Amino acid sequence: MMISSPWRADFPAIAALQRQDQTYLDNAATTQKPQALLDALTHYYANGAANVHRAQHLPGAHATQAFEDSRGKVAQWLNAGADGQIIFTHGATSALNLLAYGLEHQFNPGDEIVISALEHHANLLPWQQLALRRDLELIVLPLDADGLIDLDAAASLIGPRTRLLAVSQLSNVLGAWQPLPALLAMAKAHDALTVVDGAQGVVHGRHDVQALGCDFYVCSSHKLYGPDGLGVLFGRNEALRQLRHWQFGGEMVQNADYQHASFRPAPLGFEAGTPPIASVIGLGATLDYLSGLDQDAVNAHEAALHAYLLQGLLARKGLRLLGKPQVALASFVVEGVHNSDVAHLLTEQGIAVRAGHHCAMPLLKSLGLPGAIRVSLALYNDSDDLERFFTALDQALELLR
Amino acid sequence: MNLPAEALSALQTFQAATGWEQRARLLMQWGDRLPALNEAYKIDANRVLGCESQVWLIGDLQDSHWQFAASSDARLIRGLVALLLVRVNGLSAQELQQVDLPEWFNQLGLSRQLSPSRSNGLNAVLQRMRELADR
Repeated sequence: MMISSPWRADFPAIAALQRQDQTYLDNAATTQKPQALLDALTHYYANGAANVHRAQHLPGAHATQAFEDSRGKVAQWLNAGADGQIIFTHGATSALNLLAYGLEHQFNPGDEIVISALEHHANLLPWQQLALRRDLELIVLPLDADGLIDLDAAASLIGPRTRLLAVSQLSNVLGAWQPLPALLAMAKAHDALTVVDGAQGVVHGRHDVQALGCDFYVCSSHKLYGPDGLGVLFGRNEALRQLRHWQFGGEMVQNADYQHASFRPAPLGFEAGTPPIASVIGLGATLDYLSGLDQDAVNAHEAALHAYLLQGLLARKGLRLLGKPQVALASFVVEGVHNSDVAHLLTEQGIAVRAGHHCAMPLLKSLGLPGAIRVSLALYNDSDDLERFFTALDQALELLR
Repeated sequence: MNLPAEALSALQTFQAATGWEQRARLLMQWGDRLPALNEAYKIDANRVLGCESQVWLIGDLQDSHWQFAASSDARLIRGLVALLLVRVNGLSAQELQQVDLPEWFNQLGLSRQLSPSRSNGLNAVLQRMRELADR
């Protein structure tokens, strides 16, 4: 069965990588970019860069207009509506750190922060360090055998001391959608704040932050076919009012004296210093491009490709999947073979996949694994990419066994 | 600088290798030949951090010549480490300071294993060796 991607040619880097004999299957780390984004960056830099929200001059007005148009496009992509605002940060990591510092004053010693066992370091370490600073309890929700957050355990662990729940929508290692509606309901029943790490989830399908009902939703641009150096933080209006300012500098201030200052509300009050203007404009172009695609066709393509990947992996002897991946990616180990050796030999054959702990060291440790190989898909991948991977994997395993 | 006999043999074998497959087979053979490291040395203090696999490296001066020993649970990195040890074992402290190890791997046709993005750990092993040598 052939699965071809009608969008492959929209991403010029895929052809360039192919000319270098590289098959790119590390899309959960970062994605290739559509031509529409390259055009937008070129247009911005070739037609007059300017800083935003500062100058009265025409180039400044154009840049500000394009920058704010992008904010609107992101809000629309996430269906933020009038419920909340979009803050631009320097990455998803930066957005989560903003929350961990901006909400710090809300916590008292003994309060509990709840995360899950599968969190990426970006949604673990900011909370872990906050807990250490404020003498809080960090509660880690366990997983069931399929790699989903265990709801029975969650029901007993999320309680009256819970002040904040921060969980991933889609695991970057296990590729499984997490039961967010049930988890968010438990947190809300105890008036806890809710943070969803959508870094992986936002890339697959469309998500509606109003329907989800979380207080904060975090994602990164570069995993969503956008430029790097840019993260997105959606916050519900009431939740945003609880945030204290955390980074200080240009254009986040209302009025400054030598000894004190007052600051702007969200979003600008949380965008200190010159933001990544070109990246914001570029993300807008990427979202225009993505909005023009038939989302049902993209979903169907990703599902077919993922099924093809799982089928091929499970056909290999001694290969074990981590959890029960549902979409986008699959991580695996091979019995009796070190993942670093497999990775080495796949690299030799021009297969770009990821090996190791995937920035989720505690998760890998809890699975008793030193690491795993992860194959992750994007809308431009096709079955030929996967066939090249399978051939290379067979070659590698033959050499190693 | 004259190459130790084993290093010369490694150089000749690897330079004659054609293609990634043959180089991989050779690496695994060299890794298999690496003398086993006493389990007592496989402790955290001897762990090389920054490798995807577990790598241990110890070394000391015997009669003013360096003797290193190492091990890894992954086969290809073990091969790379074996190729490193044949180049440096027996060198005096001054010789070890002078030896150009990236150039050594370059001559073996393995320079890509030293690219900065490689997390296989060869860079970390070289760094650790320098630290041991500077003590």
